[in-house]
Amino acid sequence: MRDAFVRALMRQAKEDSRLVLITGDLGFGVLKPFWETYPNQFINAGIAEQAMTGMAAGLSRTGRTVITYSIGNFPTMRCLEQIRNDCAYHDANVKIVCVGGGFVYGSLGMSHHATEDIAVLRALPGVTVFAPGDPAEVEAVVPKMLSVPGVCYLRLGRGGEPMLHQEPVENWKMPEALVLRKGTDVAILSTGGILTQAVSAGEMLEKNGISAEIISFPCVKPIDRRTIEGLCSRFAHLVTVEEHTIVGGFGSAVCEVVAELGTGTRVHRIGMEDIYSTVVGTQQYLRSNYHMNDRAICDRTMAWLKA
Amino acid sequence: MDYRDGMTYTEWIHAGFLPGRPDVSDPEVLAWLIRRHGLEMTHISRGSHIGAIFSVAEIMAVLYTRILKVDPQNPQWEDRDRLILSKGHAGASVYAALAERGFFPVEELRKHYADGSHLSGHVSHRGVPGVEFSTGSLGHGLAVGVGLALGAKMDGRDWRTFVVLGDGECDEGSVWEAVLEANHFGLDHLIAIVDHNHMQSLDFCEKTLKLEPFDDKWASFGWYVQRVDGHDVHALENALRNASEHRGNPSVVIADTVKGKGVSFMENDILWHYRTPQGEEYEAARLELEAQRP
Repeated sequence: MRDAFVRALMRQAKEDSRLVLITGDLGFGVLKPFWETYPNQFINAGIAEQAMTGMAAGLSRTGRTVITYSIGNFPTMRCLEQIRNDCAYHDANVKIVCVGGGFVYGSLGMSHHATEDIAVLRALPGVTVFAPGDPAEVEAVVPKMLSVPGVCYLRLGRGGEPMLHQEPVENWKMPEALVLRKGTDVAILSTGGILTQAVSAGEMLEKNGISAEIISFPCVKPIDRRTIEGLCSRFAHLVTVEEHTIVGGFGSAVCEVVAELGTGTRVHRIGMEDIYSTVVGTQQYLRSNYHMNDRAICDRTMAWLKA
Repeated sequence: MDYRDGMTYTEWIHAGFLPGRPDVSDPEVLAWLIRRHGLEMTHISRGSHIGAIFSVAEIMAVLYTRILKVDPQNPQWEDRDRLILSKGHAGASVYAALAERGFFPVEELRKHYADGSHLSGHVSHRGVPGVEFSTGSLGHGLAVGVGLALGAKMDGRDWRTFVVLGDGECDEGSVWEAVLEANHFGLDHLIAIVDHNHMQSLDFCEKTLKLEPFDDKWASFGWYVQRVDGHDVHALENALRNASEHRGNPSVVIADTVKGKGVSFMENDILWHYRTPQGEEYEAARLELEAQRP
C-alpha cells in the first residue's frame, strides 16, 4: 500500500509543484523515489511531529498542499492538538498520512500498534478519514484526497498487500463503498488493510454454505450512508471488521447510521475489544490472537447467524 | 448605544482624546489604548489575563505602528507581514490593536467573551478581520510561524513572520522543536518576540521551571538574540528593525517586561494572571491609567 501511495503521490507532485511532502524522519526506502525526483517538494522535519504538523499548517497558508508522513501513532496522536487547532480549525490544506495502521508493526510493541487512530481522528470536525483496503483503493483514494480541501487523514497498511480488486478502481466517488463479493445471507463491511481477511472469510463462509457480501469502505468519514442503508434493506445482520478498537471507529460509525435508520438490523463489530495488546507478534499472529483473522471472522459470523 | 455616562464604549475609552481621535500611529498612544481596552474588556467580561495583556502592550503597539506591513482595508493582502500571538491568552491586546488600527470598529471590543461573539478570550481568527492565526493552547505558534516563513522563503517572498511568545510558554517542548526547525532552515524572515514578564500561571518562571540562562539557550540553538526593555517603544522598534535586517538565521527579541505593567497594585502580582478587575480595584486601575494618558 505504501508503494502505491508513493506512486500516486509522485504523479500528483509532477502535476502540482506546490505539493509538499514532510516526513517526521521516517520512510527509509519508501519515500526515496519521491525525494530523489522532487527534492524541492520534500522536507524532513526530523523527529518532531508537533513541529512537523504546525509547520504544515503554516506552509499550507502559503498556498500549498502539504502532506505529513510518519508511522503508527506518531503523525496522529503525538501531535493531535496541532491537527485539531492548527490544521482543522484553520481549514488547512494538510493531508496526514500514517503507514502502519493496526498491527503492521505488531512485533514492535504497544507504542507502535495504531489501534485508536480512526476513532480519534474521526472525532475532529473538518477531518476526512480514509482507510483504503488494498493498493487499488490507495491509487483511487490518493488523487481524491489531494483534491478535497482541508484536512484529511489517510491510514495505510504496509507494503506488499495483495491486490483484492480484480481491476483498477476507476472513477471512485468519495465516500463510496466498494463491493468485492456479492452475497445474500450476511454482509461483511470492512475498512483498511484487514480487507484481505474479510475477503478470505467470505470464501470460507461460502464453503460452509453461507453467502456473504463483502464490502470495503475506503472512506470512514464521511461514511457512505446510502450503501449502509441499502445493506440494511437486504440483510438482517451486518458484520463490521477493522484492525482497530471497536470503540469509536469504523464499526461505531456503521452503528450510528444503522441506529438512526431504525431498521432493526443487527450490527456485530469485529476488532480490538477495549484493551491494548500486551503481547507482540506478526500482524497475522495478532489478528488471530484478537479474533479478527479470516477464520475468526468466519466462525464468529456463523455463530451470530445461528444465534 | 450608551455605555457610561451617556457615552458609547468607544467614546468612553477615547474621552480624554476628544475632540479628535487618538493618534493611533503613535506607539505610546496605542500601548496606552491596549491597556485601557484591556482593563475595560476584562472588566465587562469578568475575564482574566489582564497581567499578560498589560505586559505585552508595548510589544503589540510597536508592531502595529512601526513594524508590521498590514492593510486594514485588505486584511488578507498577500504580501502582508504575518503576526501570530502564540500566547493567545493576551488576545485582548491583538483585538484592541486591530480595532484601533481600523480593522474593525472599536465598539466591537465590548463583545469580548460575550455570548455569540467572535472575540474569544484566546485569540481567534474566525470572524475577526486581521487576526492571522488562532491560538490558546501554548506552544503552537512558533511552529506555524516556521511553516509560514519557510513557505515565504521557498517562494522568494519578502514578507516577514512575527511570533509573540510568553516566557512561561517556553516550558512547552514544542516551542523548542520549532526553535530547532527555524535555525535548521535558516529562516531569517522569522522573528520571535518573547514577552519575558518572568511570571506564569502560579508563580515566577524561575520558581516553576527554570528557563535561565534564557538568552544563551536561544543563542545556542542558533538564533540571533537581542534583549531589550519591553516597555521602551524606541528600544523595541530598534531591535525589531535590526532583527528584520539580520540575515542568515532567525531572530529573537527577548523583551523584559513586567506582568501587570501600568497599574501599581497589579505589577508583579501573580493574582492578576486570573483576577478580573471589578469594583474599587477596577476604579483604582482606571484612574491610574487615566493619569498616564499620553
